[in-house]
Amino acid sequence: MPRLESADELRRLREAAQQDLKIRVGTGTRIIVGMATCGIAAGAQETKQAIVEELEKLGIDADVTSVGCIGMCSKEPLVDIQQAGRPRVTYCNVHPDMVPRLIEEHLGKGHVVQEWVMGRVPDLGIGQ
Amino acid sequence: MAEGSYRANVLVCGGTNGAPSEWRLCRDDGEASGVAEVYQALVAELQHRELDNEIEVARAKSRGFCTMEPVVIIYPEGILYCQVHADDVPSLVEETLVNGRVVERLKYEEPEDYGEVPFYDEIPFYSKQKRITLRNCGLIDPENIEEYIVRGGYEALAKVITSMSSEDVIDEVKRSGLRGRGGAGFLTGLKWEFTARAPGDVKYVVCNADEGDPGAFMDRSVIEGDPHSVLEGMIICGYAVGAREGYIYCRAEYPLAIRRLEVAIAQAEAYGLLGEHILGSDFCFHLHIKEGAGAFVCGEETALLASIEGRRGEPRPRPPFPAVRGLWDKPTNLNNVKSYANVPQIILNGADWFAGIGTRRSKGTAIFALTGKVNNTGLVEVPMGITLREIIYDIGGGIPDGKAFKAVQTGGPLGGCLPAEHLDVPVDFDSLKELGAVMGSGGMIVVDEDTCMVELAKFFLTFAAAESCGKCVPYRMGGRRMLEVLTRIVEGEGKLEDLDTIREIAAGMETGSLCALGQLTPGPVMAALRYFEDEFRAHIVDHCCPALECQAFLSYYVRPDKCQGCGICARACPAEAISGGKRMIHVIDQSKCIKCGNCLAVCPSRFSAVTKVSGDSIEVPAEPVPVGEWHE
Repeated sequence: MPRLESADELRRLREAAQQDLKIRVGTGTRIIVGMATCGIAAGAQETKQAIVEELEKLGIDADVTSVGCIGMCSKEPLVDIQQAGRPRVTYCNVHPDMVPRLIEEHLGKGHVVQEWVMGRVPDLGIGQ
Repeated sequence: MAEGSYRANVLVCGGTNGAPSEWRLCRDDGEASGVAEVYQALVAELQHRELDNEIEVARAKSRGFCTMEPVVIIYPEGILYCQVHADDVPSLVEETLVNGRVVERLKYEEPEDYGEVPFYDEIPFYSKQKRITLRNCGLIDPENIEEYIVRGGYEALAKVITSMSSEDVIDEVKRSGLRGRGGAGFLTGLKWEFTARAPGDVKYVVCNADEGDPGAFMDRSVIEGDPHSVLEGMIICGYAVGAREGYIYCRAEYPLAIRRLEVAIAQAEAYGLLGEHILGSDFCFHLHIKEGAGAFVCGEETALLASIEGRRGEPRPRPPFPAVRGLWDKPTNLNNVKSYANVPQIILNGADWFAGIGTRRSKGTAIFALTGKVNNTGLVEVPMGITLREIIYDIGGGIPDGKAFKAVQTGGPLGGCLPAEHLDVPVDFDSLKELGAVMGSGGMIVVDEDTCMVELAKFFLTFAAAESCGKCVPYRMGGRRMLEVLTRIVEGEGKLEDLDTIREIAAGMETGSLCALGQLTPGPVMAALRYFEDEFRAHIVDHCCPALECQAFLSYYVRPDKCQGCGICARACPAEAISGGKRMIHVIDQSKCIKCGNCLAVCPSRFSAVTKVSGDSIEVPAEPVPVGEWHE
């Protein structure tokens, strides 16, 4: 990645990255796993592994990312699913054995698993 | 991005290349056109229109829109079309690929039941929060600098370098009213000004990421979730005070935080946002990480600086303050993680914006690590001035299992507790101090009716006494002696004079200790004495622990009216203190009982026949008698 040599270059990078993210997020499925210490302590690494394996098994190409702590530490592991750039849907207390049903119902059948869902993340962020 | 020499790329997604996917078997809509047909139709249509040299079509794996497949994605615009039938292809090509218009009816429609899922801001845990410092935590990948940049990261730094002088920056931070988030609450802008004005060419910027308070994880979460916000704040500080080097002192017990910092620093340097000639300017600033080595006292600023210098972590008297003479005797600005993390937002949105949040003397927001006996534990960021009741009940969801709230400990081992009568105090730096508590760095531990306040005070004192560096007598000896007194009280050997002894030692520590660690160590004990003196007296005079926690004052009994003689408790007793056979009411021999509580833990809940009492006894048979034959 070339060094930024001016504020203008930073601005251009930001715009390009925003556009790139918008397209990437807008044309696919993103699965976001909380991976701060609270999440890891609750088993998020195993959950993320289960997600990656399940997607591989079903031949689905989705973007699996890690993020930090969103604050609801008692509900970790938290897994968000975002499709076509719409607001992310957060599932709480997601353990590896829940992953097959989560992927099958949310991605496969296209509806939310009501008993596990917690909330939707607004685009701009929370509590702004 | 369109790839290669094509002006557009079209991807047809769904199933596995060539083979029918499991999802197709699940679909019951009977649609005869699948991914393969759509792909072939596209290829044919583009050839027919002689566009196949300009537009590339390819098959791709399912992207997880399984009920919406076949899905067609068009780059470079990033248009997503769903449930595309082979018959749709001609109009798709005509409208979008030729004329650049979007076909509305093929666009992605969010499933209806998404509307039933509340937005975060409607959930009680979040509705009263105002997330400024935490704006990116949980939303971005902390190991990808571009995700930080996308959300406006480093824009503040660019603004500072291109259009603000160091005086401008200091003025903005001063006017914002930001006070140090490490707990002392000193005006951050003023501290920057002292450092800037101190004579000398070599200056340092240091970040205190030691976070030693048990139960506190605010700083850790900020670093793990949004490390660049801290870096950006530190670089801006360097610009403002005239420093070219900075250190982040992070405790070694936070390996993930350290790793995320290392990644962030490396990426910032690669992008020219840190290091030599930042953003092509003359301003150079380098950051180093120094790992702590397990001493709580190294969270104290002068001990921290000594530790960076390679010396033993011991505080020294002030003045001179670090702003004038700090790291290697050079002017040094030392702030907490959260103080730096607030700076980029203050620069971008302005001092007035920040000063508009919070109370008259405590501006902005505060981050709390809400833990203990509360339903929703976690990390919360709230505007200063919110009440404890709102944090604990509205955000925290109240006390679990229907128990009664007893107290909330703020400021960790150097803070104090507050009982129910003060739940409506608005939280800020000054209001809590008047009540004998301290806002501190943000640790907030809630306890309920089952917590003994004497034992809680002893817990914090044990921690603080062990962490004494030993340099000054009031803390070194005072902490230890006070702990001895508290231990005797908790073990059943307290005397009434002990309460005065505690007060005397506390006064000596508060006035005579070399640093804030010693001065504030008596805090939890004094607060417990102030609000829960009756519990101390109960331990000393009545030999009773009202919360039923202190082992020395507990007695376990098998309730003769409830025991069904299952024998589980007798088998679980490590001291073999329980006698009784099958269908016989069991009896605990008090002289053998070691008060381990096993019997209470293993008695089946449908019987709930074991009870623990304090300062009391219940009538039980002298010997086991058959179930049903006991009458009081």
